[in-house]
Amino acid sequence: MRRNIVRVCVLVALAVGPLLAQHTADPVELDTGARIYSSTCNSCHGPEGDQVSGVDLKKGQFRHASNDDELARIIQDGIPGTAMPPNNIGRNLVALVAYLHAMRDFKTRKVALGEARGGRAIFEGKGGCTDCHRVNGKGSHLALDLSDIGSIRTPSYLEDALLDPKSTDLPQHRFIRAVTRTGEVITGRRLNEDTLTVQIIDSKERLLSLTKADLKEYAIEKDPRMPPYRDKLTDGERADLIAYLVSLKGPANGGGGGGRGGRGGRGGRGQ
Amino acid sequence: MRYRRFVLLVLAGAALNAQVTYERLLHASREPQNWLTYSGSYLSQRYSTLDRITPANVKNLEMKWVFQADSIQKMEATPIVVDGVMYVTQAPNDVVALDARTGRIFWVYQYRVSPDARVCCGQVNRGLAIHGNTLFMGTIDAHLVALDAKNGRLLWDTQVADPKLGYSITQAPLVVKDKVVIGPAGGEYGIRGFFAAYDVATGNQAWRFYTVPGPGEPGNETWAGDSWKHGSAGSWVTGSYDPDLNLVYWGTTNPGPDYNPDVRAGDNLYSCSVVALDADTGKLKWHFQFTPSDSSDWDAAQVPVLADLDWNGTRRKVMLWANRNGFFYVLDRTTGKFMRGSPFVYQNWAASLDENGRPIRSSNSLPTLEGTKLYPGMQGGTNWYSPSWSPHTGLFYVAAWKDYYSYFSKLPVAYNEGQNYFGGATKSAVQPIRRGAINTWTDVAGHGEIIALDPYTGKEKWAFKMHDVTDSGILTTAADVLFTGSREGYFWALDARTGTPLWHATTGGQISSTAVTYMVDGQQYVAISANHALFAFGLR
Repeated sequence: MRRNIVRVCVLVALAVGPLLAQHTADPVELDTGARIYSSTCNSCHGPEGDQVSGVDLKKGQFRHASNDDELARIIQDGIPGTAMPPNNIGRNLVALVAYLHAMRDFKTRKVALGEARGGRAIFEGKGGCTDCHRVNGKGSHLALDLSDIGSIRTPSYLEDALLDPKSTDLPQHRFIRAVTRTGEVITGRRLNEDTLTVQIIDSKERLLSLTKADLKEYAIEKDPRMPPYRDKLTDGERADLIAYLVSLKGPANGGGGGGRGGRGGRGGRGQ
Repeated sequence: MRYRRFVLLVLAGAALNAQVTYERLLHASREPQNWLTYSGSYLSQRYSTLDRITPANVKNLEMKWVFQADSIQKMEATPIVVDGVMYVTQAPNDVVALDARTGRIFWVYQYRVSPDARVCCGQVNRGLAIHGNTLFMGTIDAHLVALDAKNGRLLWDTQVADPKLGYSITQAPLVVKDKVVIGPAGGEYGIRGFFAAYDVATGNQAWRFYTVPGPGEPGNETWAGDSWKHGSAGSWVTGSYDPDLNLVYWGTTNPGPDYNPDVRAGDNLYSCSVVALDADTGKLKWHFQFTPSDSSDWDAAQVPVLADLDWNGTRRKVMLWANRNGFFYVLDRTTGKFMRGSPFVYQNWAASLDENGRPIRSSNSLPTLEGTKLYPGMQGGTNWYSPSWSPHTGLFYVAAWKDYYSYFSKLPVAYNEGQNYFGGATKSAVQPIRRGAINTWTDVAGHGEIIALDPYTGKEKWAFKMHDVTDSGILTTAADVLFTGSREGYFWALDARTGTPLWHATTGGQISSTAVTYMVDGQQYVAISANHALFAFGLR
């Protein structure tokens, strides 16, 4: 066993040394890493890397590793007493660690970034974004809080979301429309749902839990509420707005950021 | 009433020191106050003749006690109950004996799992077997241990296989006569699967049957080259036994590697099959392969449900099987002959079954580098969740995943000892094993249903639809009450005749197990685990 540890340490040193020196991994390596991720890690960690509680691979948030050495060791040895198994992937360890770092930006395109300051003015003014969205305590709770959107979404994803919201719409962003037995119409964003109930934040920013049996009508809207901004902003304004969104990294201490259910790929990408 | 309770108490007292003989196991249905094996009896119907809880009074169920396991792993175990004492495992491999009336603990046995243990899908255990005063448990480091049921002391410990090679045991063993039968899991690690029987007194191996035939054995020709060596075909859900035929029935898992059939050209016997073995010798009597050359991880990890049916005027010994591949089969369990089969969920991988029950594959149903979209998805139309057969309603009940798909992709693969041997990957909208607290998916992702199937036609008599998928099996009773759980944490009682929901409780955790029912002091209990706690309910 002890010999094993020594061997692993040597392996890890060999594996991670070049990686750290390289800093930017080449596309072929990332592709290899992505494949290993998909065949080895995906079934537990999920395509977005956030399915194990307390771990968000895309954000670089781990429970047991604080640097690449530890990360590589954990991939190699597993974590006794947990569901994390050892994975002898040999030389591919480098590619996998590289991919974990690049996961967020994997297969993205270059997007023009303007001035974040101008972008903020558009966000809070002409764009009308705060009518639904909220950043650092300002704006509505109705749609997603975007205070840390820059650390979880790439510029190209944000551009897609502005030009064609339908293309980036996820089930967890859907709005619902319900009519109670007394005829009251309730609309809001769906936060959670099961066979008997649905939890929403409604247009009056109330957290509501509705019992389906008490509703006359209940439907999940098919299209996102977010309007396309293709013709609403000039190219320059859009570049500014994206620069502003990219600059939003959440609270400085890295904590907080609101309820876990509010965003992320949990509800299932690729529906 | 008073007199009856007194009599029951005396009977219970008399039974207290009685050993669980093979005779008792053979006639388990004669003592419905107990739950003596994983599936309740050798026929594995998950059906109880207890009838104090009825569709009319089930609304009066209340929680009697809860046992919080000292483990953060989810409880998949089915408890066994013997004369007022419940034995259950606490993941991965502790055993707890508790009072089935109060949940108070008599003793705890702690097994130290080797760091070599590797499991694909969580450090879980599905329960115990009992014979005499001895309990048996398989461990995730591939040991079989025997414990004294009175004090939890270890009696013997037999290594079944090498955990470093990916062998593990998660299923509950089955005692037949003086032997305890078990098989290893490890279908994601390129093991060579087998079933083995051990002497209940000594732990010495009595026989072993390899589910992947070696050179010179019939079936080896269904594996290209040396691929049989890592052909997998493990098992992880307990089998059944027909005492008249003296046959043990067990389902086997996927061939290895999971998603790349190119390296193992052929049917890959006896993967994704049910095998019928002589209980005394382990000799193969017959086999039936549900999915030849599987490339979708569609394990036959289902409990073989044995029933006797009138079939075109003849009494037939049959086996009812809703398979992970989306088809519902009726087999003759004397010969293994296919009697009928049809899909019970939407599926697009097979055009039909031929007259022998062999699937005729649709074109483009094999994995590709880019990914092939198949219904059902990787977790299947159903999986390991116990089905139930009610002789009273004549219906077969299945926990189904409807309209659920995965993309299956194939990758080059090489075997490495003790490492994942997938040869590909899958992607679905539904999280495969468990999910967090939030569910915001839409109908496109798929959903769970409890369905009641007519064995003669394969048609659905009724369906109970859930928002989420479900990992919980089904219990039915002579009063026509059906109990099941859900990922959402609801513990449901449905009317077994109509599917109408009668009652539910919120457990607050994903239910990945099947309920049992038993009786102590004239009170019928129904117990279910959710996440890492076990709840017992009884009438107010």
